[in-house]
Amino acid sequence: MNNKYLYEDLLRMSGVNPKKCMRCGKCSATCPAYDEMEYHPHQFVSMVENGDIEPLLNSDSLYKCLTCFACVDRCPRGVEPAKLVEAVRLAAVRKQGANHLKADSVPDMLDDETPQQLIVSAFRKYSK
Amino acid sequence: MKVAYFPGCTLKNKAKELDDYARKSAEALGVTLEEIEEWQCCGGVFTTARDEVATKLSSVRALVAAKNKEQPLVTVCSACHNVIKQTNHAMQTDKEFADKVNRYMGEEPYSGETQVYHYLELLRDVVGFDAVKEKVVNKLAGKKIAAYYGCLLLRPNSVMKMDDPENPSIMEDFIRAIGADAIVYANRNECCGGYIAMESPDLAKKKSNAVIENAKAAGAEMIITACPLCKYNLIKNGADIPVVYFTELLAEALGVKEDTNE
Amino acid sequence: MQRIGVFVCWCGSNIAGTVDVQAVSDALKNEPGVVFSTNYQYMCSQAGQDMIINAVKEHNLTGIVVCSCSPRMHEATFRRTAQAAGLNPYMVEIANIREQCSWVHKDIPTGTEKAIILGKAAVAKVNLNTPLTPGESPVTKRALVIGGGIAGIQTALDIADAGFPVDIVEKKPTIGGKMAQLDKTFPTLDCAACILTPKMVDVAQNDKIRIFSYSEVTDVKGFVGNFDVTIKKNARYVKEDICTGCGACVEKCPMKKVPNEFNLGMDNRSAIYIPFAQAVPKVATIDPNACNMLKNGKCGLCARVCAAGAIDYTQKDEYIEEKYGAIVVATGFNPISMDKFDEFAYNQSKDVITSLEFERLTNAAGPTAGKLLRPSDGKHPHTIVFVQCVGSRCDACAEKGKEYCSKICCMYTAKHAMLTRDKYPDTDVYVFYIDVRTPGKNFDEFYRRAVEEYGVHYVKGMVGKVVPEGDKLKVQASDLLENKQLHIDADLVVLAAAIEPDKSARPLATMLTASMDTNDFFTEAHPKLRPVESPTAGVFLSGACQGPKDIPETVSQAGAAASKVIGLLAKDKLTGNPCIAHSNELMCNGCSSCERVCPYGAITYEDKEFRMPDRTTLVRRIAVVNPAVCQGCGACTVACPSGAMDLHGFASGQIMAEVDAICK
Repeated sequence: MNNKYLYEDLLRMSGVNPKKCMRCGKCSATCPAYDEMEYHPHQFVSMVENGDIEPLLNSDSLYKCLTCFACVDRCPRGVEPAKLVEAVRLAAVRKQGANHLKADSVPDMLDDETPQQLIVSAFRKYSK
Repeated sequence: MKVAYFPGCTLKNKAKELDDYARKSAEALGVTLEEIEEWQCCGGVFTTARDEVATKLSSVRALVAAKNKEQPLVTVCSACHNVIKQTNHAMQTDKEFADKVNRYMGEEPYSGETQVYHYLELLRDVVGFDAVKEKVVNKLAGKKIAAYYGCLLLRPNSVMKMDDPENPSIMEDFIRAIGADAIVYANRNECCGGYIAMESPDLAKKKSNAVIENAKAAGAEMIITACPLCKYNLIKNGADIPVVYFTELLAEALGVKEDTNE
Repeated sequence: MQRIGVFVCWCGSNIAGTVDVQAVSDALKNEPGVVFSTNYQYMCSQAGQDMIINAVKEHNLTGIVVCSCSPRMHEATFRRTAQAAGLNPYMVEIANIREQCSWVHKDIPTGTEKAIILGKAAVAKVNLNTPLTPGESPVTKRALVIGGGIAGIQTALDIADAGFPVDIVEKKPTIGGKMAQLDKTFPTLDCAACILTPKMVDVAQNDKIRIFSYSEVTDVKGFVGNFDVTIKKNARYVKEDICTGCGACVEKCPMKKVPNEFNLGMDNRSAIYIPFAQAVPKVATIDPNACNMLKNGKCGLCARVCAAGAIDYTQKDEYIEEKYGAIVVATGFNPISMDKFDEFAYNQSKDVITSLEFERLTNAAGPTAGKLLRPSDGKHPHTIVFVQCVGSRCDACAEKGKEYCSKICCMYTAKHAMLTRDKYPDTDVYVFYIDVRTPGKNFDEFYRRAVEEYGVHYVKGMVGKVVPEGDKLKVQASDLLENKQLHIDADLVVLAAAIEPDKSARPLATMLTASMDTNDFFTEAHPKLRPVESPTAGVFLSGACQGPKDIPETVSQAGAAASKVIGLLAKDKLTGNPCIAHSNELMCNGCSSCERVCPYGAITYEDKEFRMPDRTTLVRRIAVVNPAVCQGCGACTVACPSGAMDLHGFASGQIMAEVDAICK
């Protein structure tokens, strides 16, 4: 595993133990953003476990997770895949200049009804 | 009784009615929502990473303010409730995290002592739905209303512990308490798309539609929610039945709706 | 002074791998009383035992210390060895240097140091050992079987076949258990009723077997060979010996809207009912919660139509006390509640059912007379989704479901899928699986037939959400091999719910002082070598009360439990355990502390005359232990405030000598 440091950091941040996964795929069965994702929740778990983290860091899938916690609640093994996705996303956006959402692009995304909550949440998720 | 109240940023702007109706209705039910001073935005979403400290400080400050007032902390917005309750849970269970946070707090360390209620829990557990029922003056009889929980009220269940996360009943019991018919449908706890509406409106549309279609197929004439973002997504994505905040219906049922539009 | 021999076992590399056995035997050679010390590869082997016998003779040994595995493994073996050498078997002590030493330590110095200390403790104890002679107790030649499913039925038949009387206690109005509810049985697909009901009739007709149906065990006292059991016969308001099972009362009963538990609530029964046509005993039972006559005295129709005059509204619960030599637990299993898994919408749609409900839906005697029809609208389903492992294999922190594999679901789901495709070729059948587990004779072949011959779609993945919409169930699932999310419009969803021990098992285990695991399955005395015995002597295990089991396994275990019972009942007397409590009458002040803690009721009191130094007499109340009843648990020795109670073989002085040796 050439990503040992990152691997351990992800586990520490997320509190997830990917070894508990029994490969049932219920997380991906329940995921509302599945079709938009290149890598699906169960792949996040197995790829992190195998140290295959680089493709995840560069994938748009990081920004498709809705953090709806459906996979967290429905996982029979208590793996909590969403927390792992979040940790990988933070590992990506915490880097200098790696913000996924730039303030300049926001005004075009708004309409008259956009609630403040939407903007705040998107920034929390996509930028550091 | 008096409780500490955290309105949240959206309730001061786009979702003013959620806030107004909540206050007036609570007053009518004998509960005063005392807005805590100098509250800051909760951030909209809880960051699950254990090493994220700064993003959770505003929630802890609100919790500490409530603790100092010796009152439970009540929120109406599902998102604020979710963030504050998850933060409180982290303060109770993750000592390393709590130690880091407490360096930003006052002399006395905080370890999750404040009781956090969603407004619906306040109605169910403190006021009681039977008491609500007694105060209803305008029964919404015959109105077929579908509750939309979304994800934030119920999940993660190990922290939120509000209801059965897969077959909840608190909002249905609320609907019945104000005299209407509750429509039960399976997608009521599925995600509307949330903040993805910013970047992938198409995905939000798909998710919101699945909720609306399922509710309508079950016979709903109206959908209620506690979350401004859920409401925005459902309406923006073509809900052809009304989507309103639950507090608006409560105010209407209690006969205090008119008072609120100053 | 004792002359002690020490024998250190290598147990191959089990002990010798982490313990320097030579150092241990050398170190123990210098302990007080030790005159001989050696080590050997396998002390329990014939050569090892001969080594002990020769040493006893050669060195005139009076006591033996064997440093080896747990005494639960070979204490009995080495006691027999001592006896063969002419020693009292209770002059043997085992120092457990395997399970509690070599297996838990990783490096040789630590392991060796601890092994020496444990050996010293055993030597210190043997120095204080005295020869003990066990007493004898008679055996009541009658067995009790608790639970009347296929496990209990088979056990009872096998015991009765050996000529011993057996009583079956069954809490339901009929025996038959879960198997009576099944349609076909894997892997041969013979009909469950066809192979079960003849056995039920055999039970009814066997003059060695008594059936207490609608009854439960409420109290158990005594010990192996001599159990005193109280059985509560619940009032069924029908005289069992008079009722002919004609069913006239059932037909006439006006209260017909009671959910029928035999069909899992999918249809209704009357307030007076016979669970199913082949029930044994075939007598009616009145449900007191549904009967108008019992609730408010208005009706009485069944009494009027009963030609035999069997109805008795005044019947009371009856308590029966009986003695047994052996008790077999056969309390079985139930599917778990689906309440915590409502992502599958079990509580939101009638067309989401459990596999046991599916059995009833396909059973000719079920609510649809065997036609596979949807519970909601009675229509024939065209797309059926089976979900495996619902509530099985869950991690404890997920706070729902069970950690274990329920074992039977893979096979019955293959059976359901195959039979559906066989009978209704126009149906599409999907099975979502995590793993397909089919170890068993002809099991994997059976599953492959479902796929290859019957065209069942097996999908590696799981269902995440079921959404009832219109008359469809929208199933959202993953296909891990295709790396796709599937959306299937199904007509029926069948959940393979995990199974759990019957709720009656926990209180029963308490009554029997039989141990259970964290899942409430009864624990066996040894997982490999004594799988049908409870660690509590005289209590045996049959069927799914010990762990998830299919029918072939249950029947095998039922027979095995029966043979153990027969072996016990064939004895006229049982050799007791001499390590029992005794009271020093000079120290006892009759305070009753020991009596209160004794779980076996072995302690009584008597007034005894003592002569005082001044020639007067004094009458004092003192404790007396009944040696036939005492099991040597030692609770009384701890409770006794004056130190009068002590245990043969585990005397306080011996224990303290061991502690001193360890702490030295």
